[in-house]
Amino acid sequence: MSSASRPVGSVEIAVPPTPEYLQVVRAIVGATAALDDRLQPGRVADVRLVVSEAVTNAIRAQATAGVAAAIDVRCDLVGDRIIVEVADHGPGFDPSAVPDLPEVETPERLRHESGLGVSLMHQLADSAQFESGPGGTIVKLTFVVGDA
Amino acid sequence: MQLDVHRYPRDTCVVLAVLGDLDLAGAPRLRQAVVSETATGIRHLVLDLTAVDFIDSTGLGVVVGALRRLRAHDAELSLVCPEPRIRRVFEICDLDRVFTLHATLDDAVPAGGSQ
Repeated sequence: MSSASRPVGSVEIAVPPTPEYLQVVRAIVGATAALDDRLQPGRVADVRLVVSEAVTNAIRAQATAGVAAAIDVRCDLVGDRIIVEVADHGPGFDPSAVPDLPEVETPERLRHESGLGVSLMHQLADSAQFESGPGGTIVKLTFVVGDA
Repeated sequence: MQLDVHRYPRDTCVVLAVLGDLDLAGAPRLRQAVVSETATGIRHLVLDLTAVDFIDSTGLGVVVGALRRLRAHDAELSLVCPEPRIRRVFEICDLDRVFTLHATLDDAVPAGGSQ
């Protein structure tokens, strides 16, 4: 693809809320993001990682609530941004109430085998937004790829 | 890629070589393998992540859980993790301060010893 290529478009997929579909989501969203050749390979890996985290949380949320509905994943290439949205039908959560993990070098930290997903999304995406309510959660992850 | 775990002895250690994606789909398989090794009274377990294609926070959680289980049995855990894309995930989560990420199996388990 030439350096002048600036694809615009959207890919939407609806996946069953089971772990086996995580690699499918990563492959499709990662390949879509990579269509914009301004995105460095390391950042494509970041996109794959954060969408995996978001869909993992969605799978867990729906499993908690016993909801079998599909999880909706969308990747938009628009202007200088790549926007990934993950929408689930779980019970929702309070994003501001996600507890901080204990310091990494303390023994207490080893008792926590989960809880890093939201932190990773905040660290790796240029913007991570969470809209959550009783009907589900929408995670919006934005990557800036050009000279804004 | 689905997760696969190959087990083999090396000196006084047991090596679990992990292949594939270490995510919510693959994590249970590795967790079960670690639990099984812990139950045998192992003294030193090596997780070789050289062939891991992808790891996320769920995969990291299994590795943290492995360390906790082994320490509870006075056993040791070593990691072989040469791939930059995998090392980076440990580093982002500050877990490189908890684990030594060895570049090779020989670094993790020098020939003739278990250290």
